[in-house]
Amino acid sequence: MSRSVATRIGAEPGKATRSVILIIVGLVFIIPILAMLQFTFRAGLSGGYTFAHWTALFDPAQASNYSILVVGIGNSLILAVVTVGIVLVVLLPTMILVHLQFPRLRRVLEIVCIVPITVPAIVLVVGLAPVYSVVVSIFGGDTWTLAFAYGITVLPYAYRAIQSNLGAIDMITLSEAGRSLGASWLRVLWHVILPNLRRGIIAASFIAVAVVLGEFTIASLLNRINIQTALLQLAQTDGYVAVIFALLSLIVVFVILLLIGRMGRNRGNRSTS
Amino acid sequence: MMTVAPAPVLLNGDAEAQPRRHPLTESALPPKRTRKRLAKYLGLTPFALYVLVFLAIPTLLAVSTGFFTSAGAFTMANIVGIFDPAVLNTFFSSFWVSAVTAVIGAVVGALVCYALLGTKAEGALRSTIDSASSVLAQFGGVMLAFAFIATIGIQGVVTLFLKNTLGIDIFANGVWIYQVPGLLLPYIYFQVPLMIITFMPALEGLKPQWAEANATLGGTRFSYWTRVAAPVLAPSFFGSLLLLFANAFSSYATAAALISQGSQIVPLQIRTALISETVLGRENMAGALALGMIIVMIIVMTGYSALQSRTARWQK
Repeated sequence: MSRSVATRIGAEPGKATRSVILIIVGLVFIIPILAMLQFTFRAGLSGGYTFAHWTALFDPAQASNYSILVVGIGNSLILAVVTVGIVLVVLLPTMILVHLQFPRLRRVLEIVCIVPITVPAIVLVVGLAPVYSVVVSIFGGDTWTLAFAYGITVLPYAYRAIQSNLGAIDMITLSEAGRSLGASWLRVLWHVILPNLRRGIIAASFIAVAVVLGEFTIASLLNRINIQTALLQLAQTDGYVAVIFALLSLIVVFVILLLIGRMGRNRGNRSTS
Repeated sequence: MMTVAPAPVLLNGDAEAQPRRHPLTESALPPKRTRKRLAKYLGLTPFALYVLVFLAIPTLLAVSTGFFTSAGAFTMANIVGIFDPAVLNTFFSSFWVSAVTAVIGAVVGALVCYALLGTKAEGALRSTIDSASSVLAQFGGVMLAFAFIATIGIQGVVTLFLKNTLGIDIFANGVWIYQVPGLLLPYIYFQVPLMIITFMPALEGLKPQWAEANATLGGTRFSYWTRVAAPVLAPSFFGSLLLLFANAFSSYATAAALISQGSQIVPLQIRTALISETVLGRENMAGALALGMIIVMIIVMTGYSALQSRTARWQK
């Protein structure tokens, strides 16, 4: 009932207006995705359709062609895990500590965490090159070390996800209650604070995974292989397979995000703080 | 247990020394107090060190290398190099691609947000659009380049359709998809979703009471949107517009995947500078370009945060 009132007084679009806008924009936006799909069935430049590109995926004889992609996916997954680890071990405890003990530093922490939005990856990579020549001499040149840089790229997103959770619960009262009941700090942290932050931690972890899986700039310019750089290399040898994997990964990430959105609707929508 | 290592250990040690002490009150004994404060500050060091090494130092290196030759001598040659017509041209290209896609993205995205007003936030429609927007805005990159090669590439579906059925050859005046104009459509494709993500909360912040008040006072739908909604939404809209501009300006992946050779926009110019070491015969040109980019980004993001704080006034 209230909907029709809202429509009548002009606060909301009518059903027809809504449908027209969404259908037109939706159709325009689905075209490139369908074009990708159509591309994967093309027999060649001459025209005609074939399933060959899809069946080739399961052909053991051709597996060696995709080895770079397997390496890339493996590296990206390792990077995702290490980056989430950095968020949980470095960022999360700092945010809790600042929230409880250094209220005056909250603003500073926020500014530090937002800075990576202003520093584009393409700029960061210019300065990361010399830093990584030191990193490589300490940790070796394995791809997982890129996670140090990725931890910085996900900082704004992870910060926002955890902060929206942290701001919504009265952490100080909770920890005081725990402490006055005789619990140790570790116990309060593990049994009171972290369970209350579960949604923020999960949201931060997933956004970190999404950003890491989508990262191209730093990996490409520091000559590391991840899923994105592997896809681009594969596109030069076998465009069809590259497009198939691009399409699949778009769909997989879409479905994962849909499921997460369905589970907990606490995504950091409130962009103001 | 791994996840809580650094800070709690320090705090726990502190707690054992003073088992019944209130967590937030300072110790009465001066020596303990200093120790306690020290321990607390120690808890901040892992993050501080991490940000220093992987954010502060790289950023400073990036913007300062432009002032030095690779031998370490001070030089202004790279900074002067920014004003080389060829380099200025890439800044200009970056600028107009970002501006055009930001404006189109903002308008189309705002229209979609308007269309979504009144739909349930938890509903299937909204969660589908939310997820699709996140994928396209944050994950796309290289894949969007593939998608648009398949769509408006030389053998693209739309290209062939227009040519074979309507007789329109979109590449009649040359193949522009691998040039700067080719970036427009893929960029719009990730700008619109970003606009939906950033602008939707502002639009939802419009209170139904305002529309009711407008209707009660005899206002029309038109007067509601022009006199009430528009002024309230303006800071947020222009803030999002600036964010979109910054997003396009700093975007690299789609352009790099689409344009494999050349340096038509600033991020690609940085790629060339990094790979070939010398651009226009200058060393460390990448640093100077990075400095130029950061200056543009700081101006845009300062405007963004100023507008954002004005937006906050209406969102409670």
